[in-house]
Amino acid sequence: MALLEVIGLNKYFDGFHVLKDISFSVEKGEVVVILGPSGSGKSTLLRCINGLEEIQSGQIKLNGEVINEDSTKWHLIRQKIGMVFQSYDLFPHMTVYENILLGPLKAQKRDKKEVARQAEELLDRVGLLDRKNFYPRQLSGGQRQRVAIVRALCMNPEIMLFDEVTASLDPEMVREVLDVMLELAKEGMTMIIVTHEMEFAKAVADRIIFIDGGEITEVAEAQEFFTQPKTERAKNFLNIFNFKEYKKGVDNNEKI
Amino acid sequence: MDIDFILEISSLYLEAGKFTLKLAFIGIILSLLIGIFCSLVNYYKVKFLKKIVNWYIELSRNTPLLIQLFFLYYGLPKVGIKLGAFTCAVIGLAFLGGSYMAEAFRGGLEAVSKAQIEAGLSLGLTKAQVTRYIIFPQALAVSIPSIGANAIFIIKETSIVSAISLKDLMFVTKDIIGIYYKTNEALLMLVVAYLIILLPLSLLLTYVERRLRYAGFGN
Amino acid sequence: MQDLGIRVLIEGNNLYRLMGGLLVTVKIALISVIISIIFGIPFGIVMTSKNKLLRLVCRAYLEAVRIIPVMVWLFIFYFGVPKLTGIHLAGDVVSVIVFSIWGTAEKGDLVRGAVTSLPKHQKESGKAIGLTNVQIYRYIIIPQSVRRLLPATINLVTRMIKTTSLVVLIGVVEVLKVGQQVIESFVLQSPSASFWVYGFIFFLYFIICYPISLFVRKLELRWKE
Repeated sequence: MALLEVIGLNKYFDGFHVLKDISFSVEKGEVVVILGPSGSGKSTLLRCINGLEEIQSGQIKLNGEVINEDSTKWHLIRQKIGMVFQSYDLFPHMTVYENILLGPLKAQKRDKKEVARQAEELLDRVGLLDRKNFYPRQLSGGQRQRVAIVRALCMNPEIMLFDEVTASLDPEMVREVLDVMLELAKEGMTMIIVTHEMEFAKAVADRIIFIDGGEITEVAEAQEFFTQPKTERAKNFLNIFNFKEYKKGVDNNEKI
Repeated sequence: MDIDFILEISSLYLEAGKFTLKLAFIGIILSLLIGIFCSLVNYYKVKFLKKIVNWYIELSRNTPLLIQLFFLYYGLPKVGIKLGAFTCAVIGLAFLGGSYMAEAFRGGLEAVSKAQIEAGLSLGLTKAQVTRYIIFPQALAVSIPSIGANAIFIIKETSIVSAISLKDLMFVTKDIIGIYYKTNEALLMLVVAYLIILLPLSLLLTYVERRLRYAGFGN
Repeated sequence: MQDLGIRVLIEGNNLYRLMGGLLVTVKIALISVIISIIFGIPFGIVMTSKNKLLRLVCRAYLEAVRIIPVMVWLFIFYFGVPKLTGIHLAGDVVSVIVFSIWGTAEKGDLVRGAVTSLPKHQKESGKAIGLTNVQIYRYIIIPQSVRRLLPATINLVTRMIKTTSLVVLIGVVEVLKVGQQVIESFVLQSPSASFWVYGFIFFLYFIICYPISLFVRKLELRWKE
């Protein structure tokens, strides 16, 4: 049985059909990367999966259980689904440590000692243990994003959602965040990742889901997707990231 | 200026000052509670309640406290609602101050980004927990200067409760002018009393404002 | 005898008298606002001056006016000034003086805020396209400041009207005092008169101030863009 299953998901926004009949599943331990042009609905899809956006039809199942039908239970479901946002969204009035402890203590009502130990372990793993008592504004973007990842991990989620987590980082900080995610993948964390970092996608993904205009147009093994994309749209999309052919003195007209 | 007389009446002013402070304190606390409630109702767009809250705010902001007090103290007993003068003053101050505090909190709440709510929800917190641990503390920090200004405003507004025969600083002053005709001494003490109450608060507020403008959490 | 109830308001010339009382209040408020604007604008501009001493004096005036409740200022001018100077002033004159002093300080602070909040490059870009200093004020500074100032100035009118209700406490015969007189003379025919009369005055203030507040909000919203 798949860990996460999305069946016939439709989402309308102001009369626009932004997600059209989306169906896919994610196995335990699998890393799925969602690719697609901006505005294609990738982020919206992630947000639907943990109930931040309402859907108009379809089902979302976690461990075989439908999770999107009783809106009063979302806070319980979300404890099993970790999410990291593009803009980090750490709580500015809390220290790194307090940021991490809030969910486990207040939402999960876990034992403080146990959570504290786990938080320190995780912080140590991302190399930020010495920043424990800092406030978010005292950290760099890359550090903040690593804290945000730890904050989500400390809830012991069954699956992690990453929504363009490096998109607002300065280039030199992208790597430190991606490394943390690669590490997680290696440990067998189930993840759905929306990203524009193609090389990273290639390295981390088991499977690629390509979305364009609100629908899934291609699903493929990562290797296959990058070497032999089946659809025209995916080919065009991949070409955008390819600069190799554009050299001085070479006629590129035939490409366009 | 009659120094002996000033010394003689100073105990009266001390009593009256205490009374003014007590009244203002209760008024400020109630105003804060009403303000928080109203601003949250508006923030979460609670149906029906939102309408009531907005009408209350309009009524409160567009009528003078003195008229509110007259209506409460002299008007309501005629339809069977008898309230003591102190109760009337407290209700009046809270009625007035509540809308000012609501405005202060509105500013604070608007300063907290919506992404903070989503970040909290995605941790599995309930809406109430998100409000309590994430939204409210941040909004409060932003609102502190306006809350302080409103508190000073409310203290100043207590200066009319002598109109419903409460024995505050104004009442004592009027009494002394009427009985002893020592106008200068009474007025001097009145101004001094208000300065003792308001000056430290006003300076503190300026200090806090300046600090908040340049700092955030973690400075 | 049967209670007149709400009809006490229209009995005899009661309504006419109450409105007359209201007019006294509004008159005091409007005269004070006009004086406040006349003195407040230069006061505000002086507050932006480069002269430190001048700024300090202005600041002291502003803070002194603000920190003492208006009610206390009314007492000082009504009871204290005659005692010190021997000049006896009527309640309404005292009211206009006090509200003008208060209003000038408030209006001045608004003007100061509006002028200093204009970005510096506004003046500089005016210079850059070759405008004279007068032209810069005429075409750039003043129009923008007015937009920033008008809503707050209209707001000052409602604040002034609300504050004017205090003058009854220094013996001015205005709407509240007239209300008391009506209640007293109808105490037999209408035992519940004070409920209706004070309720009516409450309502009167509301229907004067509410439209003004509404207008200000509309104006602010429209000029935000």
